Amino acid sequence: MKALVAVKRVVDYNVKVRVKADQTGVETANVKMSMNPFDEIAIEEALRLREAGKVEEVIAVSLGVQQCTETIRTALAMGADRGVLVQTDVELQPLAVAKLLKAVIDREKPEIVIVGKQAIDDDCNQTGQMLAALLGWPQATFASKLTIDGENAEVTREVDGGLETIAFKLPLIMTTDLRLNEPRYASLPNIMKAKKKPIDTKTPEELGVDPTPRLVTLKVEEPAKRQGGVKVGSVAELVDKLKLEARVI
Amino acid sequence: MAVLVVAEHDAGTLKPATLNAAAAAAELSKAGAGDVHILVAGAGCKPVADAAAQVAGIAKVLLADDAAYDHALAENVAPLLVKLASGYSHLLAPATTAGKNLMPRVAALLDVMQISDIAGIVSQDTFVRPIYAGNALATVQSKDAIKVITVRGTAFPPVEGAGGSAPVETVASTGDSGLSHFVKAELSKSERPELTSARIIISGGRGMQSGDNFHLLESVADKLGAAVGASRAAVDAGFVPNDYQVGQTGKIVAPELYIAVGISGAIQHLAGMKDSKVIVAINKDEEAPIFQIADYGLVGDLFKVIPELDEELGKRNS
Ligand SMILES: Cc1cc2nc3c(=O)[nH]c(=O)nc-3n(C[C@H](O)[C@H](O)[C@H](O)COP(=O)(O)OP(=O)(O)OC[C@H]3O[C@@H](n4cnc5c(N)ncnc54)[C@H](O)[C@@H]3O)c2cc1C
Ligand SMILES: Nc1ncnc2c1ncn2[C@@H]1O[C@H](COP(=O)(O)O)[C@@H](O)[C@H]1O
Repeated sequence: MKALVAVKRVVDYNVKVRVKADQTGVETANVKMSMNPFDEIAIEEALRLREAGKVEEVIAVSLGVQQCTETIRTALAMGADRGVLVQTDVELQPLAVAKLLKAVIDREKPEIVIVGKQAIDDDCNQTGQMLAALLGWPQATFASKLTIDGENAEVTREVDGGLETIAFKLPLIMTTDLRLNEPRYASLPNIMKAKKKPIDTKTPEELGVDPTPRLVTLKVEEPAKRQGGVKVGSVAELVDKLKLEARVI
Repeated sequence: MAVLVVAEHDAGTLKPATLNAAAAAAELSKAGAGDVHILVAGAGCKPVADAAAQVAGIAKVLLADDAAYDHALAENVAPLLVKLASGYSHLLAPATTAGKNLMPRVAALLDVMQISDIAGIVSQDTFVRPIYAGNALATVQSKDAIKVITVRGTAFPPVEGAGGSAPVETVASTGDSGLSHFVKAELSKSERPELTSARIIISGGRGMQSGDNFHLLESVADKLGAAVGASRAAVDAGFVPNDYQVGQTGKIVAPELYIAVGISGAIQHLAGMKDSKVIVAINKDEEAPIFQIADYGLVGDLFKVIPELDEELGKRNS
């Protein structure tokens, strides 16, 4: 059985993004890029499945510009076996990503597909659910625990009220939440080894998918800035301010 | 054409997030999108439909009552929405875990791009949504025939939950897909208000040091009628359950008063609370970034400050 994991190249979570002066987007030139943190969790989970003997092969897929190869290399250095790059300069939105991933899945035939619950750049939280819909597969979103037994899977999900456990039959799409695992770091020898692992490149045309965006971004602005306030010297002063000035208690 | 709002509920009661989504629907209606309907899909959820019928400004409630819709399994509910979709220009759900789970599945089945977590409506096809943890606001225009949308509750003040008298119409079930089966839920029980609808929230971070120490916050919360929240670090450390997490990838809140205790103020946390009306930060590090957005900052050891605050509130309340 194979596991396929989608890894997105995003602006690193530590970077404080700046909106471009012409309002067309955020500044990405000379900005540190990394693998979407939820996708590191996704790779880690797939590697653990392989180490537990539940899957034989872990395939890392990234979609976008040529530089996404670096994101795939990171996945390979963590331990994934091989990569697939779907290369395009077109802006990819979740529906297009889901269609492209479906085309890759139709060829690779994995039994479990793991993606992040949310990309920290577009904050869409859509791709896994859309992919499940297109494939007609079940979706285990926001997973904090996965157990696989033969062709049965049980997933504990982080929901607004607490936790929920759902049972599924494979094949399955799972999206990762923060508590699923703690991803490993790539060791130096593994980084070296990763350089020799194969990455197959495809284009949307080869996969027969039209990736044209359905949402047009008209402008991107900076949100209103919060004014910093004052420091108070004591608890009594704080309570006074909240009661008499802010009138919120 | 009309606007359909997917109700958030637990079979017994209609969840307040529905009223925020209904507010967004009302704006669309005002912009010319037609009547607003609410869909209640669930098992044994007639009481919810009756409650939805009283929501202000609703023209019709659709009730899909079937065992297949219990626990809102997306694999079963999505086909129902797809079947109903032809009568609607907009399908809306609150951007809760239930809405986020369901709506993208619906959108993909309809071959449309979802517009996630909208915080503003410019016109029937143009919306404002936060990206990059709320550090940028994108205005996006949808070219799709049906707009599938999730609504950021904090951006749309709720419509009245009473005063309406919409008819309830039963719709047929689309059946069980057999793709997923509910096993169990472990829901946090609390007498306190829900985070996303609380008027006051007090949240603890890594600085709390343990789950036991959250009792300090709970005592203050009870004096203020507040909900208790947390940073990711506090959840990851196991101090409190996952449903306490406020932030970019947790819950988005905007109460009248947000008190951050032992929280540094990482952008991912700020993303979830920076639209609160008044923010108080209590932190022993005067350089902590949380102070940059706090209206009132108190530099000090929380283990001294919080018991003092508790006592002060007790004194003034009595
Ligand atoms: C993909 C991703 C998603 C994330 N999503 C979220 C999210 O949704 N929500 C979220 O909160 N975070 C999120 N984070 C994590 C975020 O980046 C921070 O790591 C986290 O918010 C830090 O939590 P904290 O402020 O409690 O801990 P720390 O940053 O460790 O801060 C602890 C603070 O407590 C103070 N302190 C310690 N002891 C005391 C004391 N005795 N008295 C007073 N003050 C004290 C310290 O001065 C410090 O400022 C996410 C991160 C990633 C990568
Ligand atoms: N361009 C992409 N390349 C690889 N994976 C992606 C891409 N876009 C989205 N994904 C996957 O889908 C998840 C959710 O993304 P989103 O729906 O955009 O929030 C991410 O965590 C990735 O696992």
